[in-house]
Amino acid sequence: MSLPLYSPTDDPGPSFSALLRRLDGPAPPVTAAAGFEVTHGTTIVALRYDEGVVMAGDRRATAGSSIAHRAMDKVHPADRHSGVAIAGAAGFALEMVKVFQLELEHYEKLSGVALSLEGKANMLAAMVRSNLPMAMQGMVVVPLFAGYDLRRHIGRIFTYDATGGRYEETDFHADGSGGRDARTTVKLGWTEGMARPEAIQLAVQGLYEAADEDSATGGPDAVRGIYPTVATITAEGYREVPEDEVAEGFAALIRNKTERGLNR
Amino acid sequence: MSMPFYVSPEQMMADKAKFARTNIARGRALVAMQYEGGILLAAHNPSSTLHKVSEIYDRIAFAGVGKYNEYDQLRQGGVRYADVEGFRYSREDVRARSLANLYGQSLGQSFTHEVKPMEVEILVAEVGYDEADDELYHILYDGVIIDEDRFAVLPGDSEAMHTRLKESFAGGMQLGAALKVAIAALSEPDVPLGAADLEVALLERAAPRRAFRRLGDDEVTALLA
Repeated sequence: MSLPLYSPTDDPGPSFSALLRRLDGPAPPVTAAAGFEVTHGTTIVALRYDEGVVMAGDRRATAGSSIAHRAMDKVHPADRHSGVAIAGAAGFALEMVKVFQLELEHYEKLSGVALSLEGKANMLAAMVRSNLPMAMQGMVVVPLFAGYDLRRHIGRIFTYDATGGRYEETDFHADGSGGRDARTTVKLGWTEGMARPEAIQLAVQGLYEAADEDSATGGPDAVRGIYPTVATITAEGYREVPEDEVAEGFAALIRNKTERGLNR
Repeated sequence: MSMPFYVSPEQMMADKAKFARTNIARGRALVAMQYEGGILLAAHNPSSTLHKVSEIYDRIAFAGVGKYNEYDQLRQGGVRYADVEGFRYSREDVRARSLANLYGQSLGQSFTHEVKPMEVEILVAEVGYDEADDELYHILYDGVIIDEDRFAVLPGDSEAMHTRLKESFAGGMQLGAALKVAIAALSEPDVPLGAADLEVALLERAAPRRAFRRLGDDEVTALLA
């Protein structure tokens, strides 16, 4: 391709999708409903704690009643200080994450400053909204967006519906097929100003209970060594929690359940 | 109807080159050089918001001297090109060499065809995973590309600066030492530049993804201490 230089009156601005539309023309509309089972990603959780937010997601992707993938990552860094987790039609969701990451980076590089957390949340809302025609045909993508607000010095969580509605949660949220079970678990355990280890443990427990009740949510897989993705976002940025720490969290949870006689 | 005067092609090119060179030489300079942890880019630039040095992609940086609006337009074109290429293919397929070629073509085109040539000199730097894989492409106002080895000075006409840098440059310098060498090259003799007059950025070899990082005034002061 040639160097994309534009005159000031014709400049697509700092938006990556506007640039792509300029280069490729509008994306072709999808008209027919899918006659096949689409791969779905399932349960995601986010909760606020004293230093920022914890995000977590199980690793299973399903297509109808079969398991399509055992080690899918649903929690991704959006940029240095925010993360995005996805539930719903996996193909569109992963593409949305990729474009969203690129949008934030592109904006930051072209304009020299990063968007505010609110600005990032709104940009994602517009992307979910533009997926509405697909959502009408059953290919819904529901992201969960969380980040550390560098101006207000707090962790913030944003949830979305299929129409691009954006809602800010005060403390925690969970979405996807096991979202209701995860949400209830987190609701019962959540307290203001939790420390990092407790917050991670609560997210892990939320996913465990979701996997216990929902067939589409994957639990810890000790045989293959596949554990849910857990990440923290603080003033220092997005950090993935090491897998052995997550594994230890599950081991502690299982020990606790066994001691209480819940292993029957 | 009045006839335009005949100007020989040699004369026209020479006039354009002189115009571009004189105007570029009037601006402030920058240097780029290898250090132990990657590539250091330092520019004499009192503004902390109108950058001479910026990020293009994961391991690629851009630097420009001359007319700000012109090299910034080229920078934006580079960011757009890199992001689209990386999106269409893969992040590792975005390379400094192809970008430098595009810049060369674009500058060459405007030098020959436009009434006014662009008054800029630019640098495209890519940090490799090995010191031997580092790339520094210096592109002149007329589209000529120079593949620089280990260090570069912009504008290329600044002989004195080039000599100063060449004399004190050594391979594998620590960041602090490299920064001192860069500043000594940029400063007029006996008038050392301070942190507030400088814009400093790095391409860090060990970075997992985005290797570009700006150094703040505090960090620069600490390194010079």
